[in-house]
Amino acid sequence: MAAKKLGLREKYSKMTRDLSWDPTYQSMDKIYPQMNLEGLKIEDWDKWEDPFRLTMDAYWKYQAEKERKLYSIIEAFAQNNGQLNVTDARYVNALKLFLNGVSPLEYAAHRGFAMMGRQFPGVGAQVACQMQSVDELRHVQTQVHTISHYNKYFNGLDDFRHKHDNVWYLSVPKSFFDDAMTAGPFEFITAISFSFEYVLTNLLFMPFMSGAAYNGDMATVTFGFSAQSDEARHMTLGLEVIKFMLEQHPDNVPIVQRWIDKWFWRGYRLLSLVAMMMDYMLPKKVMSWKEAWEMYFVQNGGALFEDLARYGIRMPKYWEETVKGMDHLSHQTWNTFYTHNHAAAFHTWMPDQEEQEWLSAKYPESFDKYYRPRWDFYTKLEEEGKPFGNPSLPMLCQTCQIPMFYTEADDPTTVSYRVSEHKGNKYHTCSDGCKDIFDHEPEKYIQAWLPVHQIFQGNCGGASLDDVLDWYRMDKGVENVHYRFSADYANWKKWKGLDDEPAADDAAEIQQAASA
Amino acid sequence: MSNNMVYIALQNNEEARPIIEAIEQDNPHAVINHFPAMVKIDAPGRIVVNRETVEELIGRDWDPQEIHISLVSISGNVDETEDAFMLERLA
Repeated sequence: MAAKKLGLREKYSKMTRDLSWDPTYQSMDKIYPQMNLEGLKIEDWDKWEDPFRLTMDAYWKYQAEKERKLYSIIEAFAQNNGQLNVTDARYVNALKLFLNGVSPLEYAAHRGFAMMGRQFPGVGAQVACQMQSVDELRHVQTQVHTISHYNKYFNGLDDFRHKHDNVWYLSVPKSFFDDAMTAGPFEFITAISFSFEYVLTNLLFMPFMSGAAYNGDMATVTFGFSAQSDEARHMTLGLEVIKFMLEQHPDNVPIVQRWIDKWFWRGYRLLSLVAMMMDYMLPKKVMSWKEAWEMYFVQNGGALFEDLARYGIRMPKYWEETVKGMDHLSHQTWNTFYTHNHAAAFHTWMPDQEEQEWLSAKYPESFDKYYRPRWDFYTKLEEEGKPFGNPSLPMLCQTCQIPMFYTEADDPTTVSYRVSEHKGNKYHTCSDGCKDIFDHEPEKYIQAWLPVHQIFQGNCGGASLDDVLDWYRMDKGVENVHYRFSADYANWKKWKGLDDEPAADDAAEIQQAASA
Repeated sequence: MSNNMVYIALQNNEEARPIIEAIEQDNPHAVINHFPAMVKIDAPGRIVVNRETVEELIGRDWDPQEIHISLVSISGNVDETEDAFMLERLA
């Protein structure tokens, strides 16, 4: 006779809590040396409970099913030349940004959660970290695998690992994760599980994946949703860890609040890339950055922080600035990439008239006044065959590593920058948020590997733009040109029979046009 | 004015559709929003997915943990049992 089936609570308890034991050969302090690094007070690890109550056996079962679904779609996509069904080849640049900027973060998260799972004494936390570590490895693998099909047809997708570790703008996502991984385990999990996964990840995955769906990219929709189905669990972990820390001891509240403030701001800065992707890179738009920020942060984040108020937690510092910034973020970011396209491994372009109408309708306060005239000017120069590029190297924020192009929250015509002094040197940051972060841990951030500083110090292949691009392994004249002059565009027109201009085979001619 | 909205987002596919329908039946206060490839359901205070309702719609046994296959995102405090998957946020 079969044994009685365990209830969910009972099963979770048997297969997580009951797997642990109390060590006797070594003290807890020696086994978990990082537990006292950060000043957090934890009195009872048994209070940790995963509300999903997922056990490893169920985990493997559901993950295997997700993989089977994903791979059947990836295969169908490849067999049917799915790359030809995207709205237009501009869309693929969102994938370039994703693969070079985001997928390596999945790998970093895999490493991070493996390390943190080792550091937490509670078995509930260990099991949750273990699952998440395996999830993140699955994410990077499935993303690389899915996008490898596009790599056969489009430029800029073939060297993401090298690019992520070296190219200037990719130091923004890279340093975000490096910052988290070099913190203690509680800060790491607050940074990634709560601030990034719970508060902000919806803004990365949901628009990206809905955007992919809307733009005919079935493969990306599928890996995206397959990964996102794990995110719901990660988000739950994020909320659980925050509640756990806050419930353990009142002294934890100010420490946790500082981390929430820091990582909210770090995450918001990082999401500038998503803002421009939504407003500029999707040929068919799902919603504007502003609408997404209102929906996922103002509305949903507002509810979350009302909920956390009972623990003494308030909204993240400077959140009001993110609301004022909604009207400008994507435009200013796109402007920077457009004018530095010669140093970026994806294509940029100016929105056509119809797209500008959309931007104008979505951003009635800002677009026509501040950005449309600039776009018209750039478009005119492009049409004259002399696209605008800014050859100077920008000053970077010491904290977020983003070029200092953001404007003051109350004045979109004044560039925002702040200065701190530390041991006789000046350090520049882009905002009060980034300055606070620097000032709290200057010894950490003065070590930042700032791409522009590194170029000037001679650590990036040489002194000329050409030398640096070679060191980035940038395929010059191919990857780093405006879309109008790209081989991707020429190939696309040929494949889709859009006109009879010379294509692919004449890549040399196009390169010439681009570098002229 | 208190904001205690919760939401659940599910993929818009064959597997999720009966779950969405069950949510509609059991949560008359919820609002269903359609996005490309995805359905987002918002409600004040609480959303519940009942095993029984889903089972009636699909005509077979259904384990609430199967929701993991089609889940896109959630907001709210999760509670999961053999009989239901719940999201809650007190006013």
